[in-house]
This record gives sequence, C-alpha cells and structure tokens, in this order.
Amino acid sequence: MKRDGDMTLSTPKIKSSGIIVEYDEKRALHGIDLDIYPNEVTALIGPSGCGKSTFLRCINRMNDVIDNCKVSGRLMIDDTDVYDPEIDVVELRARVGMVFQKPNPFPKSIYDNVAYGPRIHGLTENKDDMDRIVKKSLKRAGLWDEVSERLDDKALGLSGGQQQRLCIARAIAVNPDILLMDEPCSALDPIATSIIEELINELRERFTIVIVTHSMQQAARVSQKTGYFHLGNIIEYGETNDIFTRPQNEQTEAYISGRIG
Amino acid sequence: MTDQATQTAQSKHLKKRYRAEKRFKFFGLAAICSAAGILLVLLGGLTQMSIPAFTHHYVTLDIAIPETIIQAEQVTDLAAMRKVNWRGMVRKTLRNEFPEVTDRRGKRAVGNLLSGGAGDALRDKVLNDPTIIGSTVAVALPLSDDVDLLLKGLIDRSLPEENRVISDRELTFIDHLEAADRIDRRIAWFLFTSGDSREAEMAGLRSAAVGTLLTMLVTLLFSFPLGVMAAIYLEEIAPKNRLTDLIEVNINNLAAVPSIVFGLLGLAVFINFFHLPRSAPLVGGMVLALMTLPTIIIATRAALAAVPPSIREAALGVGASPIQVIFHHVLPLAMPGILTGTIIGLAQAAGETAPLLMIGMMAFIVDTPMWIDDKATVLPAQIYMWANNPERAFQAKTAAGIICLMVFLLLMNALAIYLRKKYEKRW
Repeated sequence: MKRDGDMTLSTPKIKSSGIIVEYDEKRALHGIDLDIYPNEVTALIGPSGCGKSTFLRCINRMNDVIDNCKVSGRLMIDDTDVYDPEIDVVELRARVGMVFQKPNPFPKSIYDNVAYGPRIHGLTENKDDMDRIVKKSLKRAGLWDEVSERLDDKALGLSGGQQQRLCIARAIAVNPDILLMDEPCSALDPIATSIIEELINELRERFTIVIVTHSMQQAARVSQKTGYFHLGNIIEYGETNDIFTRPQNEQTEAYISGRIG
Repeated sequence: MTDQATQTAQSKHLKKRYRAEKRFKFFGLAAICSAAGILLVLLGGLTQMSIPAFTHHYVTLDIAIPETIIQAEQVTDLAAMRKVNWRGMVRKTLRNEFPEVTDRRGKRAVGNLLSGGAGDALRDKVLNDPTIIGSTVAVALPLSDDVDLLLKGLIDRSLPEENRVISDRELTFIDHLEAADRIDRRIAWFLFTSGDSREAEMAGLRSAAVGTLLTMLVTLLFSFPLGVMAAIYLEEIAPKNRLTDLIEVNINNLAAVPSIVFGLLGLAVFINFFHLPRSAPLVGGMVLALMTLPTIIIATRAALAAVPPSIREAALGVGASPIQVIFHHVLPLAMPGILTGTIIGLAQAAGETAPLLMIGMMAFIVDTPMWIDDKATVLPAQIYMWANNPERAFQAKTAAGIICLMVFLLLMNALAIYLRKKYEKRW
C-alpha cells in the first residue's frame, strides 16, 4: 500500500472530463470528472442505478450498441480521444478489455474462446503463435493448470469461477492496456471470488484495472483508488485507504457504513 | 376469528386449488387424446384406402418373340422399337388362350382384359434382355384396372350384369385364367417408377415426385438466403424507425395472405412480364418461395432475438465488429431455430396446390421432368387430378398418393432434424 503515494504522481491513463450520458430524456451521468492511473486498481462503488456501470461502459464505448444512448463530454485514454468520430471502435476495444458480471464464455472450446480475439485481430501468423498466446493468457488468468489437459473441451463445462477466469484470459489475450470489470464476482461463490481477487492483484502489474463492485469489502481488498457514485454523480474519489477510513463526504460515509445503499 | 377457523378455511381453499389443478390436467390430457385419436382415424382410413393401389394383378403368358419382328442389335434403336406392335402381340397371345372365342366382340373382350400398358411391359422386357428374341418366354402382363378391382374383391360379382363394369362373358374368361393359375398379385412398382397415365392401372407418381423435388429445390434456393438475409438486416442492423416498423407489419401481414394471391402474382410477373416458362418448377418454386419468405423471416428474427445478449457483449468486448458478432456468434447459435423455421415453411410449400394452379403446374405430365425449366406437376396437384378422375381404380391411387406425399414430408423433416442436430453438436 505504500507505493500508492508515488503512483498518484504519474500521468493518468484514463482522463474523463464532463462525461454526460443520456438515455432519451433521462440523464444517467451528470458530468463525470475522473482520472484513472496506470497499474492500479480503481474501484467504482455506489448503490444500484448510480451510474457506475454506465461510466465503465463509456470507457470502451460499449454504450454505442444501445440505440437511444447519447454520450457527451471528453474521455481520453493516453492521448486518444475515445469519442473522436475518427476513432476505430474495434481497435479501441482491443486496447480496453472487458469482463462482465455474468461469466459469458462463447459456446465453443476453451481454446477457441481465448483464441477468438487474437484471431479476429490477426495477431498471429501460425498455429504455434496462437498456442503460445493461448497458453500465456490462460497462465496469466491462473487457469492453465486446471485446463491444460482439456483445451478442446467445451467452455460451458467449466465451473462458474473457472468460466470467469476464462473470460479474463479471453480479454487479456488481445494484449490490452486496460481491463474493465463489471462486478466480476457477483455471480461467484466466496472461494472463486477470492481466487479472482488474487488474480486482479497480480494483473495490476501489467494492466490498468477499473472494477465496478457492489461489495465494499472487495473494493477495500483489491483497489488502490475508490470512487463513490451516487445518482449519476461522482461524490468522492481518492485513495481507497482514505475513502474507507476517513471519508470526506457524508453520503460516502453513510454508504460505506451501510446506512444507505 | 380463531386459529382453527382460519385453518379450516385454508384447507378448504387448498382442496379447491388441487381440484382445479386436477381438472386442468384432465382437460389437457383429453385434448391430446382426442387429437391423437383423430390423427389415427385419418391415417388408418387413408392407409386402408390406399392398400389396393400398392399391388396389381398380372397374367403370365408364354409369348413367342420371333426374330422377324426385331433383331437383338436393334433394341437400342428407338424408331425400330416403336414400329413393333407390342400391344398386338400380347393381345394375340392372350386370345390364343381362348380358341373357342371366334366372334369379333369376344376377341376384343379378351384383349381388353389386359392393361393398355401390357405391350410396354413386353417391350421393356425385351429391352432389358435382348437375348430372349427368337425364343418363347413367360412374361407377366398387367391386367386392366377393372379386372384388377374385381380380383381384389372391390367389384361385386353378384350385381346384375347391366350394373357391373365387367360382363358375364368377361367373368368366364377371368375365371378360366384363374383356374389355370395364370394370374398372380404383385407389388405395383409402376406406382413409383412411371409418370401419370390415362390408364388408371399404369398411372404413377414419379413425374410428380420429381417435380416436387425440383420445385422445393428452387424454393429453398430462393427463400432461404433471401429470408435469412432480410431477417438479419431487420433484426440486427436496421435502425428502429417508422420505416422498419412498417416493413415488419407488412411481413407479418404477408404471412397471412391467401396462397392463391401469390399464384396470381407469379402468373402476372414471372410468366407474363418476365416470360419465364409456364408449368415449370422454376416459376412454381419462385412463387412458393414468395409464400415461404414471411415464415422464414419471422422464424429467423425470433431465433436471432433469442440469442442471449451476453454473447454479443462478449464478442463486442474483445473487439469483434458488429458484422463479425453476427456471423461468428449470433447466426451459428440461431441456426437450429432458423432451420426449423425453414423446414416448416418448406413443408407448407410442398403441400400447396392453389398457387400452382395459376401458373399451369396442375397438368397431365407423363415424362419425368429433368430440370427446373421442364414441364412438371407436383404431388398435391397430382393427387387432386387423380381424385377428379372417374375410374374407380383412381380412388385407391389418390389415397396412395396422399400417403406418399406424407412420407415425402416426413422424410424431409427427418433430414432437417438430422441436419439440425448435427449442426447443434458443433457448438
């Protein structure tokens, strides 16, 4: 935890300024300003419907697929404007991997799940390269030892926790800089959850991780920075230690002490 | 209110609920049983009616085939084969069985015991084995439809002569042949190997069955790609606005348009405007494809919508483009549903008669169509035409045609289910 201090000094990986999201007439986010730093885990917490998932999905433009959703404001990843009309969304999503709430492996083999991303992005020349990427990704996701003997088995035959780690392997196979996780443990049991949390801690060294979570304990365990969302606004953002021990805002305190939410 | 009172009320209510459940189960079971019963009666009746059509009576005669008529090397020469009076030969041979009959009328009556196709039976025998030329061979010749019905017991011998299609004199001929053990009952293969015929006993389903196959092929080739593409565009790509709403409503309406309207459209557009051939599987298939399109589009859209959004998100999340999401993930997962819809549409089309009436596919077709621009008819049209024929032998033929159509549809469905299962396994 003591390295947190000097991390803050580096330049932000993701810089959000005044992000507004509207569904038809309804405003879901009222101008979010947030800097997310590299090689850290940033947790977004808050009650249901507060906009934390919506914000997460702004980062890789997953909101684009929702017909009546309009995003305005500025969101920079390094020096790229994510909402620049010129930008290639496909390329962006290769740089920003995403893990979803419910494990959603493709109904294919374990191997094909991991290989799908590299295949469509043309990252490999031959089968050996692909084998290497699949192996590396599964190892990083901590799944290799469990599945190395049965890569051709169906992914849907894995347990929930294994499926979620497979989804992580699939996301990191295309070598992104950023990993977005939308409540990745909410469908898992405590043991699978703790495995994933350990994994998140390891992945932090290579990736910038943004995680949306309902569990404050999880936020406290895995993250370095925490942002508290409420009704489409970011109420408080700072070092996880500070947020949980001495929150500046009353609402934040009420939420983390369990009085609201 | 005491606790006991509440309990009694509760148990009473519970009993009522159980009774309602039992009642509902009974009604459901009764509905299924009556449906199955009706189906059984229908199938049983049809099968019983069709049985006579699957066999036919033949008379076996020793026929001398002199070399003076034709040479062995000439059998492949169509013109030479046609010159031979095969019909006369078989009739003459049969007449020789009855030397006591000398009058013209009697001679003709003996000849008429044979089917009009008896000569062809002899010709085919020679064609198959030219070595029999110059010798005397036993040949099984089909009897006429009326004689066949009599032997099957479908014509009542006890009727007065004027009410019977077979005269007393003919009866004696038949009895004589039977006593000589010349007549036997065989499987009527020509039902499957020959085309339509004016002779009730010679009429077969082959040309209509091939016509149906060719028509279905055209229907499939037009409606499947068009329907699936339209459904993908409407469901996955098109923006949701007034125009697409209008299109959707119209597709649903199209599914309810009477099929004869499609026939009229085919006549006006495909035949009169584009001058495509009349009575051809090409036009028939196109008309049926139009009729099948709404079914396929609606089924495909439902199948696409049923693919869980989590799969789309997963694919988008790793950077697949929208088109890749559709073709790599959504479409393969929806395929079993799409195939089911296509089968239902095609089965419907295969049983359709009305639209084909308008484009001339309700026709007397003897020759088997070889390709999609040949003149052809289809099974349901053939059944309808047989049902309209006055000869009694066509009654059984009609039922046999219906059975064949149903077997045809059953085979089609079985094939589709097999393909669907095979496709599902890959996922």
